[in-house]
This record gives sequence, C-alpha cells and structure tokens, in this order.
Amino acid sequence: MAGAIWVHGEQAPDGSLARISTEVATAARALAKASGRDVEGVVIGAKPDAAAKELARFLPRVRSLTEPATAEHAAGTIVAQRLAALVERDKPDYILAGAGPEGRDLAGALSALLGWGVLVNATAVEWADGPVVEMSAFGGKLNTRSAFTGGHGIVTIRPNVVAAEPAAKPGKVGPATIDGELRLPKVRVVERVEEAGAAAPIEEARVIVAGGRGVGGPDGFRLVEELAAALGGAVGATRAAVDAGWINYSQQIGQTGKIVKPQLYLALGISGAIQHKVGMQTAETIVAVNRDPDAPIAEFADLVVIGDLFEVVPAVLAELRARPG
Amino acid sequence: MLRIAVLVKPVPDTASGGERLGPDLRLDRQAVPAVVNANDEYALEAALKLVEAHGGEVTLVSMAASAGAETLRKGLAMGAQRGVLVSDPTLAGSCTLSTVRVLAATLREVEFDLLLAGADTSDGGGGVVGPGVAALLGLPYLSYAAKIEPDPEARTVRVRRISPTGFDVIEAPLPALVVCTQALGEPRYPSLKGIMAARTKEVVTKSLADVGVSPDDAGGAVATTKVLDASKPAARAATRVVRDPAPAAAKQLVAFLAERKVV
Repeated sequence: MAGAIWVHGEQAPDGSLARISTEVATAARALAKASGRDVEGVVIGAKPDAAAKELARFLPRVRSLTEPATAEHAAGTIVAQRLAALVERDKPDYILAGAGPEGRDLAGALSALLGWGVLVNATAVEWADGPVVEMSAFGGKLNTRSAFTGGHGIVTIRPNVVAAEPAAKPGKVGPATIDGELRLPKVRVVERVEEAGAAAPIEEARVIVAGGRGVGGPDGFRLVEELAAALGGAVGATRAAVDAGWINYSQQIGQTGKIVKPQLYLALGISGAIQHKVGMQTAETIVAVNRDPDAPIAEFADLVVIGDLFEVVPAVLAELRARPG
Repeated sequence: MLRIAVLVKPVPDTASGGERLGPDLRLDRQAVPAVVNANDEYALEAALKLVEAHGGEVTLVSMAASAGAETLRKGLAMGAQRGVLVSDPTLAGSCTLSTVRVLAATLREVEFDLLLAGADTSDGGGGVVGPGVAALLGLPYLSYAAKIEPDPEARTVRVRRISPTGFDVIEAPLPALVVCTQALGEPRYPSLKGIMAARTKEVVTKSLADVGVSPDDAGGAVATTKVLDASKPAARAATRVVRDPAPAAAKQLVAFLAERKVV
C-alpha cells in the first residue's frame, strides 16, 4: 500500500496543540480521502499527550512520542531528528507541517536529514498523483502550483488558509517510541520570558488592525490597540512603526516580518508600500483609513476612508459600541 | 576574535515590481535587477557589529548565478571582508534541498565561529535553508534571533529567540548557526570609502565540482520539486472610496464590516 500522509502536531508554548496544526490536519484528511492513503498525526515533545489528544479530534490516528530533551532545549532540531527516525522506520510518503517559525525550523531540518524536497507556504493543497501545492509568489502577483518530482516530500501550510474542521468521530491516540541518540547538538534554553501583552501569533488572527507611520507615535498606537480590541483582533504594524519603537517586531507585517491572511485587515495610517503589501494583500477584506487619497493602499483596499484617523477611529469605536448585541 | 560567515542571496528587487517567471516556469532572474535579500542584510549588519565589538572578519557565502558576484559587492561595501560564490549552470532551477547541500558543502571549506542567515528570502520565502544547513553541518541551530551575544573566550553564543509569547534565551557552543531577524537593527548604507574598498575585495567563484557536490545531489536536473503552472490571482473588486466627514465615514466603514460579516 502507498505510504501514509503524516501531520506534525505542533505544540504551543503552554504545551497545547498549536491552532495551525488543526488546520494542517484538516488539509491532510482531505488529501487522504482523495488519495485513499492513511493519515496519521505525530506529536513529539516532553509532554505530548494533551496536544496528541487534541489532534485526534481531527485525525483517525495520532501517536505521541515523549522526548524529555525538549523540556530544557530548543525543540526544532530535536523534534526533526525524532521525526526523521520515525519516517525512516515507518515509511510515510508525505509530511505536512505549519508554515510558522516552529514548522519552518522543523521542515528545514527534516528535509536535510531525509533528503526530501519541501514545498513551502502552501495557500491550498490538493491531490493529483501526490500533493499539488498552491503558493502565492512575488507578493501575491502570481499563484503557482507545484509538485514533488519523487514520491515523497514535506509541505508547510500557511495559517488561516484552511478552515479547521474536526473529524466526524475522534481518532485513537497511542504512544510511539524510537531508539537512538540525538546526534545533532542541543541548544539549551536558559530562560523563557513571557512578555506582557503578547497575544496569539499574529499569523493566526482573523482580524488585524495595523498601524503605520501615519499613526504618529506610541500614543497613536493606543488607538490602534483599542480598535483591535473592539473588533476582537490582533495589532499589526509596518516596518516604519516597528523601527520607530512604537510596537514590537513580532507584530510586523511585510517582507521582513510576517505574511498574514486574515478575514479583515484594517490599515490605519499605512501607505501600502510594496514591502508591506506583500505581507497582507491576500487578506479577504482590506479596509484603510488614510489622509492621502494617492497612497498606494487606496488602489488595492476594498474600502478606503480618506480622512484623519484620529477623527475616524474614535467615530468607528463609537459606532461599534452603538451596535446592538 | 570572531570569524563570521553570512549566508547571502541575491533576489529580484521587489520594489521594481517586475518579477516574473520565464517560459520554463523558473524565476526569470534577468527580468529585474538583483539586490541583497533584505533579511540577509540584517544578518550582515549583525555580523559587522559583532566584529566591530570583538574583532574578526566577515565572509559572505552565496549560491547564485554568476551575476550574483556584483550583488555580493554591496555586502563587501557594507564591510564584509570577502565573498564566496558558488555558481554553476547545473544549479539553475535548483530546489531548496540542493541549495542546502551546496551551501553546507561550501561552508565545510570556510572557517567560522558563527554562521548567520536571514529568516527567509523574499523570493523563496520558505525559511528552511538555515535549519537545513545546520542539520547537515551538525551545528547548533539558534533561530529567530532578536539579540546575539557571543562569548569568544568561553566559545559560546547566547541568543534571544523570539517566541510566540515573548522570547527564550538560548545558548550553545560555537561554532553555531544563528538565524537573524530585523529586530537586530537597521542595516548600514555602504560608505563611499566602503564602495571603493569593495572593488578590490575578493569574491571567489566556485563550481559545483569545486565544492565537491555531485550533480546527482544538487541542481535543476535533480530538483525535488517543480512548478506545474502559474496564474494571476483573481483581481480584487474596485476600491470603494469614502470621503465623508468622520461620523458619516465611520458609519459606512462599520456597515461595510457588517456586510463582510466581520462584525
């Protein structure tokens, strides 16, 4: 029988299953159905069981591999080595992972260890003799569809491109064991620091309210935060706002920051330069508030309000508060 | 003293807006001018600052078409001492696994304490080359650095790694590979003196055979992935422009959000 499709179950810092893995699992289930192959999840970590159980809501079978080393060491390389050993023993053909920082670290190391190709940042995956992976190229100007030339490969899938859907009935969870030394050097975690206000990863947010240079300063950013809170969304920023020190780099969207695909992207005081545009232009709905009617964002937003954000945003907040419910 | 190698990729200038695929569905690298990948510039800047603080030198390492040597000059003008460019017609159309193998083989002949890479490239965007190279070379892998603190005496490096909820402080022995982010600081502009000096700096160009990689293991002919087709995404609907005063504009904005079912 043809080799299985595996899902890497990624753990959030608190040990729970990362949301991206529920989306990846949903995509993998569709591929399994289309190809008639088995699909299985694997969670590897110091305490993998809770995440494995959660992943089993989405997949018929999940194995959890307890690897104590990730408690005190950076996980990526360790998980990749254990997963590579499992792959060599159990011979699946394809591995799907998230395209966030953890998934990338894993996919890169796994590709090198197995000698498998990797297709990155999938915006859609379908089956035609193997996974066919759609990607957005050149900052959204082009969509490409790619495939593996051999019978196996690794796919990383972007957050928010698949709607996670639990399976009709939950799957079984069982343990996995693998022997052997961890050959690659470990990287010790000296300290884990939680920063106040650190929210869910911005790539996973369904609503993002972002501020740019036009926001004017850290005080202006309070307005961005207030609107984000009112819409139940996350705060994003341009490189200019991050460079100015108004907000953390983790919230930056664009070429050297995150690529996001929320349902709503609300841009405040953002001109929409190409370096920012490449990070957000595949958002389902783009709304902008900008004083400059000639700003590039006025060309690709769905709705643009030409005006002073310091007048428009408070009015929007008042309007939202006045809504029933 | 720190010897630092930095992975650098020439990429099409996104600001040009003219990127396209050729008839072979490979990136047409002639269509637009190449620049140093933005994330690699952060890595290079970090390297230059570390060398200024600890002493040492910076070597750029790249796999690219032969024209890539000119792009590397910009990195030399910023202050790197030399460049190593692997360029071979066989490598056109390579997959990321080929790139990882070629860079790893090249780096076996480069002496370094720290190997720095950018978080991803603006053309490939996968962020998988750094971890792959570390895995092949057996180097400690420290990713998404917002701060890099090497201790050349103790032969260790400490990195502040951006995490989903804050940051982790991680530490490993040298030599190690560190993936750099923009949080490390703005890259410098080359000075006139730097540009002049770069003209006489050495860029060593190597073939696939020079770095000891078999054409069975890297190159377009053995690529593990291929592009099947490309299409333009559906165009967005025309922009609705609202020019009313704030209260009326806000009403329309919220009504639009309701229409799109996001409130």
